[in-house]
Amino acid sequence: MSETLLEIEGLYVHYELRGGLARRARGVGPEVLRAVDGVDLTIARGETLGLVGESGCGKSTLGRAIVGLEPPTAGALRYEGEALTARRERAQRRRIQMVFQDPYSSLNPRMTVRQALAELLRAHRMVPKEAIEARCRELLDLVGLGSRALDAHPRQFSGGQRQRVAIARALALEPELLIADEPVSALDVSVQATVLNLLDELREKLGLTVLLIAHNMAVVRHVSDRVAVMYLGRIVETAATDELFTNPRHPYTKGLLTAVPRLVPGRASESTGVVGDPPSPVDPPSGCHFHPRCPIAQEPLCSAEDPALATGSSGPAHVAACHFAWREPPEAHTPEVLQEAT
Amino acid sequence: MSEPLLRVQGLQVEFKLPRGVLRAVDGASFEVQPGEALGIVGESGSGKTMTLRALVGLLPRTARITAGTVEIDGVDMTGAGKERRRELRGRTVSMIFQEPMTALNPVMRVGRQIAESPIVRLGLSRRAAHARALELMRLVGISDPTRRAEAYPHELSGGMRQRVMIAIALSADPKLILCDEPTTALDVTIQDQILKLLGTLQRELGVSLVFVSHDLAVIAQTCSRVAVMYAGQVVETGTVEAVFREPRHPYTLGLLRSVPDFDVVRERLASIPGSPPDLASLPAGCRFHPRCPFVQADCRSGAIPLIELGGDRATRCTYHERCAEDVRLEPVIAGV
Repeated sequence: MSETLLEIEGLYVHYELRGGLARRARGVGPEVLRAVDGVDLTIARGETLGLVGESGCGKSTLGRAIVGLEPPTAGALRYEGEALTARRERAQRRRIQMVFQDPYSSLNPRMTVRQALAELLRAHRMVPKEAIEARCRELLDLVGLGSRALDAHPRQFSGGQRQRVAIARALALEPELLIADEPVSALDVSVQATVLNLLDELREKLGLTVLLIAHNMAVVRHVSDRVAVMYLGRIVETAATDELFTNPRHPYTKGLLTAVPRLVPGRASESTGVVGDPPSPVDPPSGCHFHPRCPIAQEPLCSAEDPALATGSSGPAHVAACHFAWREPPEAHTPEVLQEAT
Repeated sequence: MSEPLLRVQGLQVEFKLPRGVLRAVDGASFEVQPGEALGIVGESGSGKTMTLRALVGLLPRTARITAGTVEIDGVDMTGAGKERRRELRGRTVSMIFQEPMTALNPVMRVGRQIAESPIVRLGLSRRAAHARALELMRLVGISDPTRRAEAYPHELSGGMRQRVMIAIALSADPKLILCDEPTTALDVTIQDQILKLLGTLQRELGVSLVFVSHDLAVIAQTCSRVAVMYAGQVVETGTVEAVFREPRHPYTLGLLRSVPDFDVVRERLASIPGSPPDLASLPAGCRFHPRCPFVQADCRSGAIPLIELGGDRATRCTYHERCAEDVRLEPVIAGV
């Protein structure tokens, strides 16, 4: 594999919830939300890594921790071998930029697009003063907005255009690693493609590395070189995109792929992809976090032992955290969450 | 073919704004047979949600139906009085919204919300209505209904809340359920559960669905027929099978080529240049012409009528043969 750009090692992001004092008085300590619960992951220079999972699985928190918006509880982040802490130099911050999910709350409503972009360009001394105007126009061009948009305020844009402004703003700092958190889920279908193609183009042109956080598997399949699947704060499977989609080894990945609605009429599977709701990250299930929803979970093994990410017959680049990932899976049965119902 | 359950003809919805009149829906016509699922697909501003709301008279205060007829189960909704419409809304037709949290009453236990309609519309006793609520909750896949009926909406997950919405929609035995992006706010795994639930209910109870979504794949999975909307107009109708495999309108074709698909991995996604037009300043002629790859001189002026293609298909494109040719050269969803 090519050169490692970012290394994530044993990363934990935990939040103490309210009511901690009363619980501490009883000697049990505060409730803890385990948003990111032991993630090991590397991102290679120039690749697009797709990070998928249900909402609440911690994928956005992981992205925010990489950018430095969430201080990790434990674990290490290394950028080109250098430790990244929560407190970062301006130059370090510039290199990792983020595009947020919600373009409504990530732009300053009182600033015109020109002001927002120019402020960044000035603060980070990206271009000489006299080139700022030209660079602003260029950036808007890049994201498919005319320079007419320069003097507009965020409220004058549609949700989609607003997201494109947000992307232009992230690109203004010429980052090396772009964390894109659901960058197209707010866009209209006919303009999603433009933005996805844009990300691809930028990666080629600027040698950008992209961590694409998304729930849309089709989008991830189209754009990513490699995919990591996250469940309740942990990575459960990582593989090259084609390999993951054609040869998924973790039952959660298999279910997730079954759940994707298909464009080809009549392609939808009859069986339900994943049953039940994701459990609370405050009180995750014992052993393998997925076992209550898993159709092949075996007792007592799966509720007692937490499987580690392991390689198998598909080579070193494909890892999965399931006791049965690389051997004959046991016969499917009704998952535990549905058994309780009857 | 039997008598359609829903017949919409020349529906026109207008907004009165200080700067003039905005026509959100312009001459929409379609039919839904008993037990059939029709998808209405379009981008934001295409008029798909306003069309759906107009069917049951749930338009915003500033909007009005200015032309056209809506017939549900033989009753003209546009001509019916307020009372009659309200009655129909509960009994014959019901609606599922995108965001169950805003559609449910936050201070009422969900069991009582489900029981409300059977009491008011079906005249059941409290006890019988409660029993019916539990039965409906079981039907929509809510486990442990006795306990869950006592919950408030905020105590339930997004998927569970949408199941409660569906139970409420079913509570007075409707013939038609209108779904406004019912899974857009949900995770893909929960979306899959809800779509399959709606499919099962449609098959087993024989209810008709009108399903509004921006997601072509969701429509492909749930509906047998589809109407594609663009800038307030229906631009193409037909069976999902025909429209998705052989689109006859350049907008449909562009949409299908631009969405990343699970089964077809393309080198690069095609995209439709530009963005949907502002309803306040629509282009003359075909509304899609500024973005259309096949545009001809006569597309730029005059109204383009909906052209019947036979086989239950229609398109609002004079040069629909160009689309057919384009698809012959490069299939939209090839080989699968």
